[in-house]
Amino acid sequence: MTEFFFNLTWLIPLFPLASFAIIVLWTNRNRLLSTWIAWIGIGLAWILGWAILFLAWGHSSELTPPTHGYPVPLYSIPTGTTELQLGFQVDTLTGLMLFMVPFVCLMIFIYSKGYMNYGRENVDPRYSRFFAYISLFACGMLGLVISDNFVTLLIFWEVMGLCSYLLIGFWFDKSYSDPKRITPKQAGLKAFLTTRIGDVIMLAGMLLLYSQVKTLTFREIFSEETLHHLATTYAFPGMPWATLCAILIFGGAVGKSAQFPLHVWLPDAMEGPTPVSALIHAATMVSAGVYLVARSFPLFVAVEGGVQLAVVAFIGAFTALFSSTIAVAQNDIKRVLAYSTVSQLGYMIAALGIGAYVAAVFHLITHAFFKALLFLGSGSVIHGVEHGHHETHHGSHGHEFDANDMMNMGGLLQRMPVTGWTFIIGALALTGIFPWAGFWSKDEILADAWNAFQHGGHFGVSSGWAFFVWLFLTLAAFLTAFYTGRQIFLTFAGTPRTEAARHAPESVPSMTWPLIILAGFATFLGLFGTPWANQFYQLIGQKAEVLGEHLPHGEFNPLVAGISTVVALSGWFIAWLIYGREPLTNPVDPLEKRLGRLYIWLKNKWYFDELYMNYIVHPSVRLAQACFAFDDKLVIDPLVDAFGRFGRWLSEWLKDAVDIPIVDGIVNGVGSVTAKFGEFMRATQTGKVQNYLLVAAVTVLLLLVLFVVRA
Amino acid sequence: MNVSQGVFILLSAVVLIGAAGVVLHRNLFRAALFLILSFVGVSGLYILLEAELLAMVQLLLYVGAIAILIVFAIMVSRQLMSPQFRDRNEQWVGGLLVAVVLFAVLAFILLQVNWPTAEAAVPEDAIAQLGQALVEGDQFVLPFEVASVLLMVALVGAVIIAREK
Amino acid sequence: MQVPLSWYLIVAAALFCIGLYGALSRRNAIGILMGVELMLNSVNINLLAFWRHIEVARGTLTGQVFAIIVITVAAAEAAVGLALIISAYRHRKTVDVEDMDLMKL
Repeated sequence: MTEFFFNLTWLIPLFPLASFAIIVLWTNRNRLLSTWIAWIGIGLAWILGWAILFLAWGHSSELTPPTHGYPVPLYSIPTGTTELQLGFQVDTLTGLMLFMVPFVCLMIFIYSKGYMNYGRENVDPRYSRFFAYISLFACGMLGLVISDNFVTLLIFWEVMGLCSYLLIGFWFDKSYSDPKRITPKQAGLKAFLTTRIGDVIMLAGMLLLYSQVKTLTFREIFSEETLHHLATTYAFPGMPWATLCAILIFGGAVGKSAQFPLHVWLPDAMEGPTPVSALIHAATMVSAGVYLVARSFPLFVAVEGGVQLAVVAFIGAFTALFSSTIAVAQNDIKRVLAYSTVSQLGYMIAALGIGAYVAAVFHLITHAFFKALLFLGSGSVIHGVEHGHHETHHGSHGHEFDANDMMNMGGLLQRMPVTGWTFIIGALALTGIFPWAGFWSKDEILADAWNAFQHGGHFGVSSGWAFFVWLFLTLAAFLTAFYTGRQIFLTFAGTPRTEAARHAPESVPSMTWPLIILAGFATFLGLFGTPWANQFYQLIGQKAEVLGEHLPHGEFNPLVAGISTVVALSGWFIAWLIYGREPLTNPVDPLEKRLGRLYIWLKNKWYFDELYMNYIVHPSVRLAQACFAFDDKLVIDPLVDAFGRFGRWLSEWLKDAVDIPIVDGIVNGVGSVTAKFGEFMRATQTGKVQNYLLVAAVTVLLLLVLFVVRA
Repeated sequence: MNVSQGVFILLSAVVLIGAAGVVLHRNLFRAALFLILSFVGVSGLYILLEAELLAMVQLLLYVGAIAILIVFAIMVSRQLMSPQFRDRNEQWVGGLLVAVVLFAVLAFILLQVNWPTAEAAVPEDAIAQLGQALVEGDQFVLPFEVASVLLMVALVGAVIIAREK
Repeated sequence: MQVPLSWYLIVAAALFCIGLYGALSRRNAIGILMGVELMLNSVNINLLAFWRHIEVARGTLTGQVFAIIVITVAAAEAAVGLALIISAYRHRKTVDVEDMDLMKL
């Protein structure tokens, strides 16, 4: 029974893939049918995924990563001397991802029907195509989490890259009057190219890995023997292969999970439809990067105290803090969430960097639920405000109205109670308030960091690094609470600041029900991971041994929990002081006055886009232009001109002496011979099939005769 | 010369005379009838080879289906049966030459090769074995299934091509 | 075993060459198709002769299976070929392949 279901694992990504194919090929004219096909595809994946998780739960002791998976081999590619085994596997980490991914996807799919205005006059003209794309996206993520090797993982990884491009640029015909604002088309391209940088680095890591161990299957790479080999052979002095490959593979995660310095694509990805933002930021794409690091965790810890863990920890902790500072000064409701996502992903990456593998995966799962909730909630808000705007400015298209701008909202809790309350629940979970899900998972990361600081870390993590990580993450937790509180007070509290917000209606049931369900998960999911009965630890950590070392167990630390709670509450309190006590009436952020130039700096995202523009994109363009100018104006042109003048003089002379009598004669002679020959050869091209058949037969005959003569 | 050799020569004569009729007769309808004769002869050769199933398939498919289909096609495009229709193209001499020389070369090669023949009686359950082999996973099930797909495609393709627009 | 293998092979070769001549010299498409059918038949004679004289002793069945596949292909070919001929006849009122040279400029 168990094995029967495990052997069907490969079907999971196939269901949404089938939906994609059916919608694209046949049903894209029928919107309702396309919706149902997408729902059924992801629904079947969800049912099978949960069945597999619960069965795997029962056998968790035999299915713990990294090396104890239930293999479902599919295919092997002969590569000359060895065979490249491709297939799927079931272990508890896969099971956990199968718990989260298809369910959150299903919620998003259901929500999309209302968001894309099904059945209204302003239904999206590419409605069915949207469902096809998100199905393919879900297929990519589901295939990725069940892969048992780097090859299929990379394939599905790239499928997601393609889908992110297609979906972020879904409204590719949209343009803005402000030339500095990024359009969906540009945003899609930016996401695709930026993640591509990471992907290329990751591919290099995989190829080096393959060159060293001749296999790309996780089970084989993560066996103690292989890891030992990788840790003791050196790519160059001081750099074992394991370290090099781990850092390169981490490059892929940096791109996909939008970590510093490749984080720039993610906030601009907000140009896509909101369900896509939820899909990319919660359930699929960005989790893929964290999942990759979690999956390759043994490789990262193969070298005791290696530089790779420090790199991971630093990038994660820095990203967590850095992006939460940016979120403080954003007015776009979705951009705040986008930077919040980058920051939370930084938490996970930092946790992995200090060896807190279980805590990172726990936070990955809880974060997916409450971040999907927040994104869908913000989409509902935007949708409502847009609707209100449509109602009040009927038919007038005079000025551009930004429905994403929180300064245009306010007082929406009365207008949209379901959206408002579920959003607040998501916000409580995000900021780590007891007892919502985020509290347990975030606290476990902080507790692990604190423990590593106090007692020395596992896998040679130094306590100094651990303290650094703890400090950064705690500061980030404060900022998280502050910007989330700011967002809540600006959006839902007070009185409406525009006519549009005053007339915003509550969304349709197909949008609110997913919010309610996700709010339930955001509230109760954390109870599976309390320090006293940590199901997550039992599932993926307890039996897992990486190089003979047990994984750290997130012990409850009242001090850490107290500090993080105080920090979070103070963040909320300060937000209330600034935005909640006396609600804004005019769209000017009071923070702007107090922070002054710092605010501008944060609002412009530390000027990273400009930095990259000025120091990477423009210099390469300028270099190209300089090469062109050098080529064209300074060197090549004069040279060419000189040659030209000399050649012209020479040719004048040659024309009279040589050309007319000799060359012309030869050329004309060759020409006429060629023409005659062409006439002759033309006769063989009769266009009659039997002539050709005869020629073929004669050829075969000649070959046969040759064969007989030689034998 | 024993009985089966005599039968073989007789059948071969039927096959080859029929084939010659197919390619030489001016009237295409008669040529098609010769084709049926030749097919029946080939079926006889199969029986002589103790491949009874194939002999039946040959009769059913070639004589019963393909040849009849050809006759239909000739009757549909009626102009072919008119007496003034030229039946040979200009390159027939070249074709004849190639065919004759090819036969000579083939015969030369065939007679030179020492075939690894071995005497054995055909097993009683040869047809059952064939049926098994066609559906057994480690034998010929893949070509068998591919052939069915091919037939399906040909069926659909033929309908689409021949349909009135 | 009273009829030697080489006899079958010779007859098959002869049948093949006759079919080839037909395919090369007939003016009309149906004639060509009939020539091709003859060639396919000669191949089948070969396959079955090899099966009888070589394979039976080894207990394998490749020759028979191949012959079945060839017959299948021949059936498919005849169906599609005749459909093409009928379609061409309907459009151009001829089945003379010498008139079918639209591909030539």
